[in-house]
Amino acid sequence: MIAVSRAEVGLRFVLKPLVFLLCLLPFALLAKGAVQGDLGANPLERVTDVTGEWGLYFLLITLTLSPLRRLSGWAAVLRFRRMLGLFAFFYISLHLLTWVWLDQELRWGNMVADIAKRPYITVGFLAWLLLVPLAATSTRGMMRRLGRRWKSLHQAIYVVATLGVLHYLWLVKADILEPVILGLVLVALLAVRWKPRPLLSRRKVPPSASEAGSGYA
Amino acid sequence: MLIKKPQDIPPSEITPPEMYAGRREFLKAAAALGGGALFAGPAGALVPPSGKGTPITPVLDTDYGDELTLTAYEHVTGYNNFYEFGTGKDDPAEHAHTLRPRPWSVEVDGECETPGEIGIEDVLRLFPQQERIYRLRCVEAWAMVVPWVGFPLGDLLKRFKPTSKAKYVAFETLLDEEQMPGQRRAVLDWPYREGLRMDEAMHPLTILATGLYGEFLPNQNGAPLRLVVPWKYGFKSIKSIVRISFTQTIPATSWWRLAPGEYGFYANVNPEVDHPRWSQARHRVIGEGLFSNKRPTLMFNGYGEQVADLYRGMDLAKFY
Repeated sequence: MIAVSRAEVGLRFVLKPLVFLLCLLPFALLAKGAVQGDLGANPLERVTDVTGEWGLYFLLITLTLSPLRRLSGWAAVLRFRRMLGLFAFFYISLHLLTWVWLDQELRWGNMVADIAKRPYITVGFLAWLLLVPLAATSTRGMMRRLGRRWKSLHQAIYVVATLGVLHYLWLVKADILEPVILGLVLVALLAVRWKPRPLLSRRKVPPSASEAGSGYA
Repeated sequence: MLIKKPQDIPPSEITPPEMYAGRREFLKAAAALGGGALFAGPAGALVPPSGKGTPITPVLDTDYGDELTLTAYEHVTGYNNFYEFGTGKDDPAEHAHTLRPRPWSVEVDGECETPGEIGIEDVLRLFPQQERIYRLRCVEAWAMVVPWVGFPLGDLLKRFKPTSKAKYVAFETLLDEEQMPGQRRAVLDWPYREGLRMDEAMHPLTILATGLYGEFLPNQNGAPLRLVVPWKYGFKSIKSIVRISFTQTIPATSWWRLAPGEYGFYANVNPEVDHPRWSQARHRVIGEGLFSNKRPTLMFNGYGEQVADLYRGMDLAKFY
């Protein structure tokens, strides 16, 4: 038997499945509501809102992972990045599907016109479109095959998240509080990426060194 | 004025006669069981009260909307846009308990001979309360059918003798952060304001509502007195009114001030004029399941026969 550390076992067989189920929870609750006919007065609105919000939340959660690793020093955080990113794609695809099927009722001509003339739909659709190649190249094999280009490709997530926040901001009627909060979170997440980087690379701190946890002393 | 029934109601919106008869049977049964005292109008014709509020008596029955399928009480009173109590649809039902609808009075001023104040008790005493079942179409592309209790706005306006200078009527909602905590956030420029052209205000379809489902208005629906203009988008039907003013010039209304390109003064339901951000051609019916189809939206929300004349010769794409 290959020796695998207890931490690795815990991560692979406990933590990861747990996080997976947790990520599935908003969908499970929606599905349950749909089956029981218990999605409130306006079920379409509920499904649209929940899938859209969670799509955006998952984009932002995915973006917190690498700053989180830097702060906590826990390298394993990054092993959740693909799963969380794919959940963002899952919820955003459900959001789009809801629009295509239940909101637009498969009126393709209408949809094309809406994408062309309504800016919040344009950016929302664009965000999903940009996510497709990211999801498609999320496998280990594709990562190997693309090499360095994989990283540049996946930096498109910053554009996707920005378009997502813009989509939310442009669709609300009057109360912009929530999209503004999400926008500020995104700005913060982008800011921490651009600022500390040159500092860190200059000091050439190996990732493992920060795990000692005495870096702030 | 003779009020004709609109001819453009799609068959899908008409309650099957057997269901309709069932409602009457239910009412008769309820009356037989001693609930009869609740129905003061012609026996068996009024919508039964929900039992959750205080019944209004007497209420006269009318034919308005008898053929429509009512939206469930829980949705009518649980899914509301009333930003004074929060911007979520369930916020008003949750938070509107802070509103005190008694005592209440409405100030009537502006271009009229006898400006003054009228208390809610006088409103209920002076104007016979009628049941009117109306469609309500929200600008957000959803719709309900509500059994209102109220009376024609024109009856109240006439008492204050508007002068020939009165071309418009402006309305204001209560301004009070204590009672309406949503006003602590500047989502809209408080107080909420709405307005109608004089002929729209005097139109017999335009009512001031004091109740729904046979009972006094729940706070979240705009207690104690709100406007209902069934051929216009819901935001025109201003809630918890404290002031009515006759004006010479077109009043600045809340949503128009926020986004003049999206919300016009007229705000007539019009499937051909889209909101800049979404289509108005079809709508969801509140209370229907996730997979139910949208319904085609009717010109003037199906009240075209009664109100189209008000707008003859006007370009409704320009005056949206």
